[in-house]
Amino acid sequence: MRRKLFGGGPPMTEGNLAQSFSRRAFLLNTAQTGVAVLLAARMGYIAIAENERYLGLAESNRVHTRLIPPRRGWIVDRHGQPMAINRADVRVDLIPDFIEDRDKLLADLARILALPPEEIQRIRAELDRDQGFQPVPVAEHLNAQQYNMIKVREPDLPGVSVLEGFARYYPEGAAVGHLLGYVGTPNRREYDAENRNPLLITPGYKVGKEGLERVMEQRLRGRPGQARVEVTARGQLVRQLQTLPDVAGTPLRTTIDAGLQSFAARRLGEESGSCVVLDCQSGDILCMASMPAYDPNAFSDGISHPEWEMLSTDPRHPLINKTLNALYPPGSTFKPAVAMALMEAGVDPDETVNCPGGYQLGSRRFGCLGTHGPMNMHRAIAKSCNTYFYTMGRRIGIDRFAAMSRRLGLGQRFNELPVVSQSYGTIPDPAWKQRRYRQEWSQADTLNAAIGQGYVILNPLQLAVMAARIASGRDVQPRLVLERHAQPAILPFNPVSFEAVRSGMDEVVNGNGTAGASRLPFPDIRMAGKTGTAQVRNIVDANRGRAGTAWRYRDHGLFVFFAPVGAPRYAGAVVIEHGLGGARAAAPVACDVMTYLFDKDRAMQRLLPLEQSWGGNVVERSARRAAQWTNRAPGSPPPPPPVPL
Amino acid sequence: MALAFVPRPIAFLPWKALLIVVMIAAIGMVGLYSTRPGGGGGLMPYALPHAMRFSIFLVMALAMSFVRPERYSEFVFVAYAGVIVLLFAVMVIGEVGGGARSWLNFGFIRIQPSELMKPVLVIVLARFYAGVPPREVKRWSAIWPAVLLVGFPTLIILAQPDLGTAMLITCCTIVMMFLAGLSLWLFIGGLLTVGAAMPIVFSFLLMPHQRDRVLIFLNPESDPLGAGYHLTQSKIAIGSGGLFGKGFLNGTQASGDFLPEPHTDFIFAAIAEEWGLVGGLFLILLFALLLRWGMKVSRHARSRFEKLAAAGMTATIFFYAAINLLMVMGLAPVVGIPLPLVSYGGSAMMTVMICFGVLMAIDRNTRKDERRR
Repeated sequence: MRRKLFGGGPPMTEGNLAQSFSRRAFLLNTAQTGVAVLLAARMGYIAIAENERYLGLAESNRVHTRLIPPRRGWIVDRHGQPMAINRADVRVDLIPDFIEDRDKLLADLARILALPPEEIQRIRAELDRDQGFQPVPVAEHLNAQQYNMIKVREPDLPGVSVLEGFARYYPEGAAVGHLLGYVGTPNRREYDAENRNPLLITPGYKVGKEGLERVMEQRLRGRPGQARVEVTARGQLVRQLQTLPDVAGTPLRTTIDAGLQSFAARRLGEESGSCVVLDCQSGDILCMASMPAYDPNAFSDGISHPEWEMLSTDPRHPLINKTLNALYPPGSTFKPAVAMALMEAGVDPDETVNCPGGYQLGSRRFGCLGTHGPMNMHRAIAKSCNTYFYTMGRRIGIDRFAAMSRRLGLGQRFNELPVVSQSYGTIPDPAWKQRRYRQEWSQADTLNAAIGQGYVILNPLQLAVMAARIASGRDVQPRLVLERHAQPAILPFNPVSFEAVRSGMDEVVNGNGTAGASRLPFPDIRMAGKTGTAQVRNIVDANRGRAGTAWRYRDHGLFVFFAPVGAPRYAGAVVIEHGLGGARAAAPVACDVMTYLFDKDRAMQRLLPLEQSWGGNVVERSARRAAQWTNRAPGSPPPPPPVPL
Repeated sequence: MALAFVPRPIAFLPWKALLIVVMIAAIGMVGLYSTRPGGGGGLMPYALPHAMRFSIFLVMALAMSFVRPERYSEFVFVAYAGVIVLLFAVMVIGEVGGGARSWLNFGFIRIQPSELMKPVLVIVLARFYAGVPPREVKRWSAIWPAVLLVGFPTLIILAQPDLGTAMLITCCTIVMMFLAGLSLWLFIGGLLTVGAAMPIVFSFLLMPHQRDRVLIFLNPESDPLGAGYHLTQSKIAIGSGGLFGKGFLNGTQASGDFLPEPHTDFIFAAIAEEWGLVGGLFLILLFALLLRWGMKVSRHARSRFEKLAAAGMTATIFFYAAINLLMVMGLAPVVGIPLPLVSYGGSAMMTVMICFGVLMAIDRNTRKDERRR
C-alpha cells in the first residue's frame, strides 16, 4: 500500500468501484441539474425582473431621435419684402462615431462629389480636431445629380449623412451684408454657452454669427422638430418611425426699406463708405448700408480661405460695418450741433463775425477755408465758415456745445439698438481730456472741437441721429425692429433754435451754400444738409489731403441731411472715406438716395449710367475683383484702392 | 415496448433522444433564419446550410450507433495518433480562424482537429480507466498516464491558441477522472488550491488586459462600448424579450447589428429576444433532457468502459451548452464557445453528433443485452 494516494480505506474492488461510479454519477447529475436551474433562474431574472430596463435599453439602441433643425424665421423689410429667406438645400455631413474606414470613405466621397483635395484636407483636419463632438460638414448645395449619386450609395458609406434641409439665402447679397450679418455652423464656445444644446450640433443647423442674425438668434430660431428613426448599430437607417415637424421661427420685421438699402449700397459704388437714412419722426432706420461688404451668402456657406484673405486685406475694409464700427472726425457736419448750442446759449443768430480767412489764438493761426468777411449764423452754416464757429464756440465754451452734441446723439451708444457692437467715439471736454491724457484742456482744443476736428470722432449713425433730432426736434432713437412705439418726446430746446439751424442747412443745399450741386430734382421738395470734410492727416492748411495725395491720406467726405425742408420726414448721413470732400463725394450720394425715396424711377435712371461707368453692378464688379485676386502673382500687394472719378 | 412489426435495428433507436436532438437543431434553424444579416429573415446564408449539415451529421451519428462500443475502444489509439498528426499539421499548414490557427483546409471541407480530439480523448480515457484494476485506482499509476494522454494534445491546442477548447477538454477530463473513482481528496484539494490561487493569479500572473476582461465580466456595464459590449448587448437581447418574446423576426438586437455574433456564440440571446423566457427555458429543458438521457445511458451501460465513455460524451455536450449559456447570460466571461446544434458552424455540431452517435451505440448495446438476458 506504499504507493497508494491519500491513505486509508479498504482496497477498492470491482463492486465498490461500481458503487462509487453510481454515487458520483448521481452527484454529477445533480450538479448538472443545478447549473440548469441556475441558468433558468438567471434567465428568469433578466427577462422578467429586469425586463423593463432592458426593453428601454433595446429601444434606445434601436431608435434614434434626430432633431430636425427648425426653419429660421425670415427677416423682412418694413413692407414685408424678404431680406433673408430659406431655400431648400441638400447637404452631406460626416458623423465621426459611425465612420469605419476613414481613408476609404474620404476617397469615395471625393470621387462621388468631386471634392477638391483642399476640401478633403479640411474635412480630415476637422475630423481630427472635433473627434466625435459634432458632424463635420462635407458639402452643401448639392445638385440633383450629386444628390442621386450619394443617396444611392449612402447605405454603403457608414458615417455619411445626407440631409434635405434648408439653407439661408439673402436675395440682396452684399447690400445687406453688414446689416443682417450671416449664419454659420456653431463653434464649441457657442455650443457650451447654450449648455450643450443638442440642436447646435445637429447637421445643417446654423446660428447667427453677425448682425441681426446674431442678435435676434433666439427669436429667429423657432422650435426644432424630431424625427424618430430606427437604425442599426452602424447607424444605417432601417425605417422612419414618426416625425414631429419643426416650428419655423417667427419672421422678423425690420424698419429697413429693402429697396432703399439696396439702392444706397449700389449708389455707394466703388467707394468705401456708408449711408444711413432714418425716419426722423420715429427713428426707424430705413437703410444702413456699408460698402464694400461681404456677401452673407458666401459667409453662410462657410467662406474659403482665399476669399477671406481677399476680404481681410482689402484697404477698403469690407469686413467692417462702417455705419457702426468706423469712427470719423465729423468735420463741418458737427457745426449744426454747435449752432444749436450757440442758440441755446443765447447767441444772437444775427450777430456777425468777420472772417479774414482764419482765427488768431495767441501766436497760432487757425485757418478757414475761405475769406468770408462778415458772417452771421445762417451764412456761417451755409458757407461752413470756421472763423465764426471758432469765435462763437470759444465764447460759449466747450462744455456747452459738448453737452448739446451729446443731447443730439453724438458720442452716444444706442442701447436699444439690436446690433452686435457699436463704436461710439468721443465728444471731448476738459474732464475727458484730464481722464484720458491727464492734461489740461486748452483753448486750441476748444477751437478744434468747434469745427468737428481734434478729439471729436463719431460714427455715421450718430451723425444721422443728430440730423434726425435737429430735423424733427424730437428725441428720436434709432430703431431696427418695426414695432409700435410712442412718438419720441420733444427735445427741451427752443423751437426758434431748431428753426435757425434748419434754415442754415437749407441754405447749404438750396441757397448760396457748399452743396448747391446736390439739390433734389423736384421743384417742391427740398433737402437741407451740411457738408463736412475731415482731415485724415494733419497737414497745414491748403496742403491738406487733396487729390493727388495717396488715397489713404485723402480727406473723408461727409454729409448730413434731412428732407423735405418744412416738414422733415427723412434724415441721414453719408460718409465717403477718402472722398476728398463732403460736397464732392458725400452730398451727391445723399441727393440720389433722397431722390429714390420720392421718385424711384428717376433715381434708378441716375444710378444705371453711374454703375456702367464703374464697370457693372455690384455682383459683376465683385466677381471681377475676386478673379483678379485669384489670378494675382503670389505675394503681390493687395489690389489698389479705387481712384474716385 | 417495441411494436412487433418494426424491424429490430430501427426499434432499438432511442427515438426520444433523437426527437430531442432534432428539436434542438430545429430551434437553431429557426433562430438562424431570423438572424440573417440585414434583418427580415431568410433561409440563406445560415438556416439552410445549418439544416443540411445537421442532416449529414445525423446520418453519421445513426451510422455510428450501429457500431459495437468495443470497436471504438479497439480503434481509439489509431484515431488518437491520427488526430495528433492532424494537430501537428495544423501547426504547420493550418489556417487562422477566430484568432487561432486551428483549421485544416482539405479543399472540400475545413475541419478543426481540436474538435475531433474531444470525443477521441473521452474514449481514450474511458479505455484507460476501464483497464485500471480497481485496487490501483487510488494510486499515481491511475493518474499520470491519463495526464500525459490528455496533456499532450491539450498543450498543442493551447498553443494554437484555442483557450476555449483546451478548457473544455480539461473540464471533461476532470469529470471522467472523478467518475473513474479517483480519490475525492484529489478534487477537493484541487478545488481549494485553485480557489486560493485565484487572487494571486489575478494580481500577479494576468496581463492588465486579461485582468480588465475579468473585471468587465464582473461588471459589464462599466464598459458598455468596449469589451463589455458583447455581454451588455446579449443581456439586453434576453432581457428585452420578456416572458413571451418580441415574436418571430421582430428582434431588433440581432437584425440591428447590436448583438455581436448573433448566429454563432450569441444565438441563444437572439432566440430569447424573439421567443422570450418561454422559448429560452424550452431550449434549456431540451438540453437538460438530452443530458439526462446521456447520463441514463451511462448508468445502465454494462461495461465500465461504456459507462465512462457515455458519461464523458454527456459531459462534453454539457460543458458546451453550459459554458455558452452561462456566457450569454453574463455568468461566465466571454469565451468563444458556441451553443451546440443551435449555433451556425460545423465543428461543434460535428463533435456533439459524434458524442451522440457513440451514446446511441452504447444505448443500443445495453438494450440488446437486456433483451438477450
